[in-house]
Amino acid sequence: MTWQAALPLLVLASSLLPGLVIFALPERSRTLRTALNLSGAVVKLFLVVWMLWQSGQGVHYELRAALLPGLDLVLRSSELGLFFVVLSALLWLVTTIYAVGYLEDSPNRSRFFGFFSLCVTATAGAALAGNLITFLAFYEMLTLATYPLVVHRGTAAARRAGRMYLAYTIGGGGVLTLGTLWLYSITGTLEFVPGGIVAPFVDRNATALSAAFVVLVAGIGVKAALVPLHSWLPTAMVAPAPVSALLHAVAVVKVGAFGLMRLVFSTYGVEAASGLGLAQGLAVVAAVTIVYGSLRALAQTNLKRLLAYSTVSQLSYIALGIALGGAVAATGGIVHLVHQGLMKITLFFAAGNLAETLGVHEIRDMRGAGRRMPWSMAAFTLCAFGMIGTPPMAGFISKWYLGIGAVDSDAAWVVWLLAGSSILNAAYFLPIVWAIWFEPPPEQWPHDKRSGRAETSLMLLVPTLFTAAMALAVGLFAATPYSPLEWARLIAARQYAP
Amino acid sequence: MLYSLAGIALFCIALRAVILATAPLRAILAVNVMSSGVFLVLVALARRTPGLVADPVPHAMVITGIVVAVSATAMAIVLTQRLRANVSAPTVEDTPGAGP
Amino acid sequence: MTALEPGSTWVVWLIVSPLAAALIAFLLPRVAAAIALANALFMGVAALALLDLVTEQGPHRYSLGGWGAPLGIDLYADPLSGVLLVVAAVVVLATLFYSRDYLARTAIGPLFWPISLFLHAALNALLLSADAFNLYVTLELLSLSAVALVALADEQRAVAAALRYLLASIVASLAYLLGVALLYHTAGVLDLAALAERATWTPATWAALGLMTAGLAVKGALFPVHFWLPGAHSYAPSPVSALLSALVVKAPFYVLLRLWYAPFAGAPEAVGTLLGLLGALAIVWGSLQALRQARLKLLIAYSTVAQIGYLFLFFPLAQSRSALQGVTVFILGHALAKAAMFLAAGNMHKCLGHDRIQDLHRVARELPVTLAAFAVGGVCIMGLPPSGNFIGKWLLIEAAFAQGEWGWAVVVVAGGLLSAAYVFRVLGHAFTVDDKPVDASGAPASMAWAAFALALLALTLGVFAAPLIDLIGGPGETAVAHLSSREP
Repeated sequence: MTWQAALPLLVLASSLLPGLVIFALPERSRTLRTALNLSGAVVKLFLVVWMLWQSGQGVHYELRAALLPGLDLVLRSSELGLFFVVLSALLWLVTTIYAVGYLEDSPNRSRFFGFFSLCVTATAGAALAGNLITFLAFYEMLTLATYPLVVHRGTAAARRAGRMYLAYTIGGGGVLTLGTLWLYSITGTLEFVPGGIVAPFVDRNATALSAAFVVLVAGIGVKAALVPLHSWLPTAMVAPAPVSALLHAVAVVKVGAFGLMRLVFSTYGVEAASGLGLAQGLAVVAAVTIVYGSLRALAQTNLKRLLAYSTVSQLSYIALGIALGGAVAATGGIVHLVHQGLMKITLFFAAGNLAETLGVHEIRDMRGAGRRMPWSMAAFTLCAFGMIGTPPMAGFISKWYLGIGAVDSDAAWVVWLLAGSSILNAAYFLPIVWAIWFEPPPEQWPHDKRSGRAETSLMLLVPTLFTAAMALAVGLFAATPYSPLEWARLIAARQYAP
Repeated sequence: MLYSLAGIALFCIALRAVILATAPLRAILAVNVMSSGVFLVLVALARRTPGLVADPVPHAMVITGIVVAVSATAMAIVLTQRLRANVSAPTVEDTPGAGP
Repeated sequence: MTALEPGSTWVVWLIVSPLAAALIAFLLPRVAAAIALANALFMGVAALALLDLVTEQGPHRYSLGGWGAPLGIDLYADPLSGVLLVVAAVVVLATLFYSRDYLARTAIGPLFWPISLFLHAALNALLLSADAFNLYVTLELLSLSAVALVALADEQRAVAAALRYLLASIVASLAYLLGVALLYHTAGVLDLAALAERATWTPATWAALGLMTAGLAVKGALFPVHFWLPGAHSYAPSPVSALLSALVVKAPFYVLLRLWYAPFAGAPEAVGTLLGLLGALAIVWGSLQALRQARLKLLIAYSTVAQIGYLFLFFPLAQSRSALQGVTVFILGHALAKAAMFLAAGNMHKCLGHDRIQDLHRVARELPVTLAAFAVGGVCIMGLPPSGNFIGKWLLIEAAFAQGEWGWAVVVVAGGLLSAAYVFRVLGHAFTVDDKPVDASGAPASMAWAAFALALLALTLGVFAAPLIDLIGGPGETAVAHLSSREP
């Protein structure tokens, strides 16, 4: 085996090994830790881009290790997996820089960055997983690696959030295990294949397959924050901002959404999923989640809670796109994986900047923040408009494709849903934007930590601006050959015309 | 047959005594009665074939069993003594099963 | 048997060597630790060699003194006993390595070494026994040495727990022995393989089934006769707790497993279902009790009660080959993980001076390796991939689905969730930040790393388990050897 063939393993190792070393580092060796973190992230990005390029040349990566008789752990490069792993590697690099700046003087940083790296390892593993059991293994690993980050502050609220997070995600993992085994007992294989593995069994085992699908969605839906399995997400926002970014954009909920894609596209296959009426059911759940999340967001007074409910709502665009049936809607869903990630990470970075620099956590304290922190607030505003779906931001592209796809698949109600949801998005984002720019700032910010000439530390500001620019760029240049949209279109086309 | 039934009866009576015993010594004695019951059954069953020679295997089992029972009894007595050295009236029940 | 078969020496060494080492350790306390560690290493080698042998050549039978089955004592090894011997050697090695520093910090005398060596000899002999009466003797030896080890903790409650354990154990063995007598009465043989061929279902066989199963259930701490376990396993010195929970309590189950394939192979389904139901209740009850405990070691002990329940899920699913495979991997995984947890708990106890769960603050900071060992062990107990426990549970669930009895599958998963609840109850406290001063004197690295190594083995067991699984439960291997396998 050349090192080339081991590339998927190296992708995992590039975050796992630095993570393990960081655990062992003493708290004070800050330079070394930061160097390890950043070099791990850069190497990982390099490796996934390399793997992407090689895959474009027709190289196919696959690694297997026997786990059970007839069942292997499989890492494999696939278009969908590469799409996700590139996204997570890129956002991990950005988030690492941000986290180094954010946690500058807080305790237990070795522990934090160790688990941080494990999280990303698990995400990359889930992305490259070649069958359901490998996905399950990394799904559980992600749960465990995230828990210490959620409780990182060690306060009573953090521990409560941690308990809730565990109750939901471990429960989800158990349900997912059960569903996986059920499916396995029907099909005898768990491989991810374009077009799915259940087609030969649809005639004889329709009921069991449908029931297993419900169980599997219930298991994955916890991380994808489908209503009514979403409550952990708003509670978990007590964690530090980089963790929120990780939960909401890089890793956890993304693995949930990605898992739904794997389930519909690669396990059941769009044909069987629609034929059994399962996709339609998922679409309804997604629709309910979209509306519910937005409504709850309206009522929030805490900025991060509002953003969390917004995530609940936005994530279900992805689920909706998968479930509607039809390549166009699927394109919208898949590309929203990237779009939502970029926009939401920017929003959380900006919220973190506010909290870290000015001590602002509540929405009512944000009045006039635009004058004090123009760059961060500009990024915030840009992505808020993106969430609403204003052209030419990324969010518009996703919604546009979802809408067209819905019309294509004779689900006109979805257009109304999208319109209604956009209005709700506007209703909770626009007042904030107004307050930021057009209301006078207070005499005294809660905890103003002015340092240097910039509005805040550059380690915080640069990642924020970078992701905002990316969110703008993927919208503006959506039609260019290498944009996420084109890529998503390719993947979707593959699912519908195998 | 009669002997084996007697042995089983001994076993049952002693089992009841062990379960109900409060003092360790009573329990130890009851256990010994129990083992006598078992040995009686073994010896009685050794006369399986009508004839002069009894089956030697159960006898070997009884001998081994007695050795085991004696050593277990010795150990139980030592433990009881160690309990008694510290507490005046030890009972089997005072083991905290569920903790504080 | 006339000539020595190749490799028979390993079978003998596995029993003789720890016995001899126990004698030396008793006579020369000064070299006891060194002897014990050397013996444990040797046991590992011997067990691996034996496993290799039975993998290559199939089940292996050895007659002590060349007398042969009806009269003499036969030893028997197959892949099942082979893997259990290996894991026993691994756990003992890590535990003894840990004990060197542990004993230096406590009042526990040097008697620990010979008794633990004796325990290892009894365990190996049990795993290699081929007849029902030999199993009785080895079980009894195992229990006696286990009780002696518990009583080493010079505490009132430990001695009381040991006495309780001893009495329960004697009663259980006598029930088992009476069962053996009845079996012998009906079949006229004691050898398990011969019993499998001759057993008929007379009333005496029924009584034997009831008596032996009940006795082994008491010894194996199956709910609701687990009453002796929490005290004995939690008040014992920590390395002893590890040996007891990881290995000793599995021995009666192993005996029952062997019986289930030999004389009781035709037992009606209802008996298996009953044992399975008790196992399910054990999972729920043990986990709920673990959730309620205030002390760490009691929590772990109740966790053992729950995990033993999983083993008994084997009986209703015994028709599937994957049930035997699952339960075997589960035993391995639980042995490694539970030993790691008890050793880690012992570490925390030694360093903090207590093991109250709610006062475990800052353990994460003061004892990171120990906490990591506990956490990783806990993750295995929860049955998350890729631990051996995950593989074991997976195979059990697979067996349940294969037989269409998905209720057992739900029990397996629910038990995993409950165990997550109690494991994280501990870990959550460990992450708490507060200003109470902690005078942790730091643990010797050897103790922390011994626990961590076991935990890591348990976690990665799943990755290495695939070849093991194929070994277990091959056609005809499960019945403890047909007599024909004596002929080379």
